[in-house]
Amino acid sequence: MGAGELLKLSARELSGKITSREVSAREAAEAANDRVSEAEGGINAFITPTPEIALDRAGRIDSRLSNGGSGGVKPWEGVPLVVKDNLSTKGVRTTAGSKMLEGFEPVYDATVLGRFGEDLVMVGKANCDEFAMGSSNENSAYGVVHNPWDTTRVPGGSSGGSAAAVAAGEGWWALGSDTGGSVRQPASLCGVVGLKPTYGRVSRYGLIAFGSSLDQIGPITRDVRDSAMLLGAIAGRDPRDSTTAAAAVPDYLATIEDGVEGLKVGLVTELMDERIDPGVRQVTQRMADGLREAGAEVGEVTLPHTYYALEAYYIISPAEISSNLARFDGVRYGLREPAEGVHEMYRRTRDAGFGPEAKRRIMLGTYALSSGYYDAYYAQAQKVRTRIIEDFRDAYAQYDVLLSPTAPSVAFELGAKSDDPLAMYLQDICAVPASLAGVPAVSVPGGLSEGLPVGVQLMANHFDEPTMLRAARAAEKVADLGFEIRPS
Amino acid sequence: MISEEEVRHVAELARLGLSEEEVSRMSGELGAILDSVEKIGGLDLSGVRPTANPLAAVNVLRPDEPREELSREEALSPAPEPEGDLFGVPRID
Repeated sequence: MGAGELLKLSARELSGKITSREVSAREAAEAANDRVSEAEGGINAFITPTPEIALDRAGRIDSRLSNGGSGGVKPWEGVPLVVKDNLSTKGVRTTAGSKMLEGFEPVYDATVLGRFGEDLVMVGKANCDEFAMGSSNENSAYGVVHNPWDTTRVPGGSSGGSAAAVAAGEGWWALGSDTGGSVRQPASLCGVVGLKPTYGRVSRYGLIAFGSSLDQIGPITRDVRDSAMLLGAIAGRDPRDSTTAAAAVPDYLATIEDGVEGLKVGLVTELMDERIDPGVRQVTQRMADGLREAGAEVGEVTLPHTYYALEAYYIISPAEISSNLARFDGVRYGLREPAEGVHEMYRRTRDAGFGPEAKRRIMLGTYALSSGYYDAYYAQAQKVRTRIIEDFRDAYAQYDVLLSPTAPSVAFELGAKSDDPLAMYLQDICAVPASLAGVPAVSVPGGLSEGLPVGVQLMANHFDEPTMLRAARAAEKVADLGFEIRPS
Repeated sequence: MISEEEVRHVAELARLGLSEEEVSRMSGELGAILDSVEKIGGLDLSGVRPTANPLAAVNVLRPDEPREELSREEALSPAPEPEGDLFGVPRID
């Protein structure tokens, strides 16, 4: 097979060809590396491309397979993967998009990487908003990422590099991280599939922390079945992360083709109001109608406290950030600005190392947690969170899956919102309810508006990813878009 | 709006050096963000329990046994200014 043909395969198709030795892992790695060289100039999806690592590990997979049998190679292991740069990679620079970690080389790997396989074919470390804070990838210290559908527009964020790389065919699939939509929203803007698992489904060990009660690592893929495969590869309990759940990991591909006959789907009314662009609402409504035609029982559902979700999120997540980013003090890793005394060293290091959005959120979180404001802001936001969880619980008593838009708009122009933090925060409006409730949610390409991709979001109950993926697969068939590498 | 004096105080709590220009911009921006989240203050949530972990997980314990950990050398390798087998820091003031 030529490189062009290889690049057209889904991750699942490619994994089959590598395992049956019809295609070598090395050929796949070369095809990914070549595509990076070709496309990267216009996209900037990577902070650190790792072509030698990809070739080296692919070579090891080929030799493990050549000894007859599977050589212990996992089915997906040879499929080149893009890794968001806030996941620790042993010996490979990990910046989290920040100047604070410009020369940082971790001494251990994130759990998800080891779980994927011992010879993970890593295409590179993907660009992202600094410490995963942003919705456009414009907060990276390593340059903006361009949307492969239209390079004058943003790819979304914070996993903008991961989503853009997948859309541009710079690797077959990617890992991102999602705190308040950072996997789902860029997937929506780049026309790919992005899944945030149930809180506790996937280990956070080795993920540079943003909001510890919200963060989940999730797959960004070309299609829903690849998403199921990659989720299965990384999910499960980890003794190094005590927030991971002990629940067994099901085979996510086993029931994915079961369809939606008799499945109850609730369209969330609060997420279909005027805050959402008409073109996006239209695509979502068409998806609801399409799922009904496919045999689902579609109704309307209300999640009243989602009106307060964004506000609660923008108190809780900065509070957690201010505490998580306290570790960047110039002592143990990363940047240090010289000073006479230790306190001045902290101040100078943190001033030089953090960009404007990181500073804004550290300040916001410190303020919301400070004496005299704690109850009014942080404790109140945590109570709103309880109400949001109750809303979801009530909704799942009636419905199996909830449907909404993923993001309120299509990809916007670079620079359009960079001076207006509040306008940028609104990008998360549909994504944060599931984050606060800890329920799984996936964005699936649902259609086009103004010639740009629009994702629809499906949410299920805690640990019910199998039902969610079944519905997502049906939604993919309804949309009938097919994946095509861009720019072609 | 939060005053520039408050911004400086919070920056000090966060050990964050800010330029004068950053202080004045932050005062406006933080004020605007705080105003926008103000609407949750109007909700009557007395008696509602706050949620910290969406899964309501309780403590997870393991046996207290020695385990393989990072070597001193590995742990010090990313440090900006190690001194011998210690993290070096400027004078504690």
